[in-house]
Amino acid sequence: MAVKTEIIFNRQVSKRYFHLKVKVPDKQLFPVQAGQFFHIKCSDDQKPLLRRPFSIFRINEEEGTLEFLYLVKGIGTKALALRRPKEKLDILGPLGTSFTMKEESRNILVVARGVGIATLSALAFKAKGENVSCFAIISARSQEDYLVEAELKIAGVEAFFVNDEDGTSNPQCVRLLAETLIKEKKIDGIYTCGSRRLSVLMKQLACQYELFAEIAVEENMGCGIGSCYGCVCNVEEEERVRPVRICMEGPVLPLKKVVFA
Amino acid sequence: MSGLEVTLGKLHLKNPIMPASGTFAEQMTNYIDVNQLGAIIPKSITKHRRTGNPTPRICETKAGGMINSIGIQSEGLTYFKEKTIPFYASFSTPFIPSVSADSIEEFTEVCEELGEMDEVDAIELNISCPNLKNNGVAFGMDPSVSYELVNRVRKVIKKPIIPKLSPNVTSIAEIARACEAAGADILTVSNTFIAMSIDVHTRKPKISNVMGGYSGPAILPLVVRLVYQVHQASSLPIIGCGGVMTGEDAVELMLAGASAVQIGTASFVDPEAMITIREEIEEYMKLHGIKDIQEIIGGVMVHKP
Ligand SMILES: Cc1cc2nc3c(=O)[nH]c(=O)nc-3n(C[C@H](O)[C@H](O)[C@H](O)COP(=O)(O)OP(=O)(O)OC[C@H]3O[C@@H](n4cnc5c(N)ncnc54)[C@H](O)[C@@H]3O)c2cc1C
Ligand SMILES: Cc1cc2nc3c(=O)[nH]c(=O)nc-3n(C[C@H](O)[C@H](O)[C@H](O)COP(=O)(O)O)c2cc1C
Ligand code: FES
Repeated sequence: MAVKTEIIFNRQVSKRYFHLKVKVPDKQLFPVQAGQFFHIKCSDDQKPLLRRPFSIFRINEEEGTLEFLYLVKGIGTKALALRRPKEKLDILGPLGTSFTMKEESRNILVVARGVGIATLSALAFKAKGENVSCFAIISARSQEDYLVEAELKIAGVEAFFVNDEDGTSNPQCVRLLAETLIKEKKIDGIYTCGSRRLSVLMKQLACQYELFAEIAVEENMGCGIGSCYGCVCNVEEEERVRPVRICMEGPVLPLKKVVFA
Repeated sequence: MSGLEVTLGKLHLKNPIMPASGTFAEQMTNYIDVNQLGAIIPKSITKHRRTGNPTPRICETKAGGMINSIGIQSEGLTYFKEKTIPFYASFSTPFIPSVSADSIEEFTEVCEELGEMDEVDAIELNISCPNLKNNGVAFGMDPSVSYELVNRVRKVIKKPIIPKLSPNVTSIAEIARACEAAGADILTVSNTFIAMSIDVHTRKPKISNVMGGYSGPAILPLVVRLVYQVHQASSLPIIGCGGVMTGEDAVELMLAGASAVQIGTASFVDPEAMITIREEIEEYMKLHGIKDIQEIIGGVMVHKP
């Protein structure tokens, strides 16, 4: 459903990132699950024309608000960054699938790059609610781009930060770190988002250690509701490769089934 | 009020609004009451299953348009007959499948099968897709190929056939006349414009297929021109398609000569767009005291010296 929400705040949190909070009238749109996304009309005129997809960062069902964390990239996110408190923001959702957490799950590992942490942060709060320990590897371009450190602390996450500037984010380093965590913390589920390179690595580790694993995938979207077939991603099932619509069967997909192009 | 009813040859529609092929799927029924539309047209269907093009398949352009290269992702005819048609048959709105194929033979075969089904009210022919037997040139870019295709399909079905013309031609009037001579009943004007967009920072094309079809509000004036030209060249009823975002845009296409209007990209921006556009047409009629929407078809007042 498309709903006109009211912007509570829309503030810059670092050089390239913004944090947006909206109030949903009459608590419509709930329940919302970690991993789902909203298709947001960034501007009321036709620039940009299409909505833009953003995953849910914080769900506050009791107060009827939703939060998003976004990277300012091009025309859509630039227009969104100009939006001010009290303005109406047209959001369509919640859309897509959510993360699943196995009942027997005790220790999960989330591995995110850049703004991928937005969607995984919602999962970290879900884990906290279910008394599951959450560990995180957060990869970024530079230390400046580390996001939501404080948020993750509130969620009780033990986070490990790696970045390109000091070389700690290269696949060998991350593999070593992830393998150590898998063994020492008895990880039983892996969740990833935000980087193809990291996703490929996590898929290898999930297969090697036979772990439950999910990924939140991204692709350019036209409609967000399954009409246009713009947003597909290949999944492998019983030796057949099938293109699935990310806005419907995703964005959260079983990591081991996703075929990386 | 029945003032929104339109007649296109043998096809009677309760209002002139319908989706453009490829921009409407079953999921839309969660957002709008499909019984309020003039017709239902799902994505083009092919005989065999097709996976479509690699991603990114969609990008947006600055001037209010988008480029897509989905590449007719299709589940194939068997699935379509078993699953898609029964789903749409539960609505009271006329059902018009859109057919796409790699050869005239395949077009004929698929149309013949569909034409025999009671649930099918008419067939749109997507002749704007590449003909693999003819070096990838779209069927609808060549008048004699268009003639042959429509003529062959005409021979196997009685139901109305609606070729969807390509705008990527020198003279759309010529193609329209060829389709009319071959026995078409209605014309859809038009499909998307071939376009290309480059990311200047990476220097790469923005969609993986390099080129794709341009749609959205940016193309409305181009489509108004095409509809006007076809209306002058042919006596067949026209379904205008391209760039309609509002009721006024739809009226503009009707004044240029369209009897009905398809909505594509607008539904991506707002899933309820077709219903809003229909309501805006009613407001326009009220404002101008128009009792019957058919009055405005081709009603543009062109002062010819
Ligand atoms: C399910 C999902 C969840 C997402 N969640 C977040 C999030 O929480 N925070 C965040 O910062 N980003 C998120 N993204 C990415 C975000 O949608 C894009 O960064 C945004 O669309 C870019 O728009 P733009 O106009 O600023 O950029 P543009 O100038 O249009 O293009 C920059 C890049 O953005 C991508 N893009 C362009 N149009 C679209 C479109 N319609 N849909 C998707 N991508 C597009 C293209 O890859 C392009 O290269 C998510 C994407 C998906 C699919
Ligand atoms: C994502 C997408 C997929 C499309 N797929 C088809 C298709 O399968 N068959 C077809 O005849 N036209 C297809 N089209 C073209 C539309 O039917 C329509 O001609 C075009 O979008 C112009 O209308 P608009 O500006 O209202 O979107 C597609 C368009 C888009 C945007
Ligand atoms: S964005 Fe249109 S099908 Fe997914």
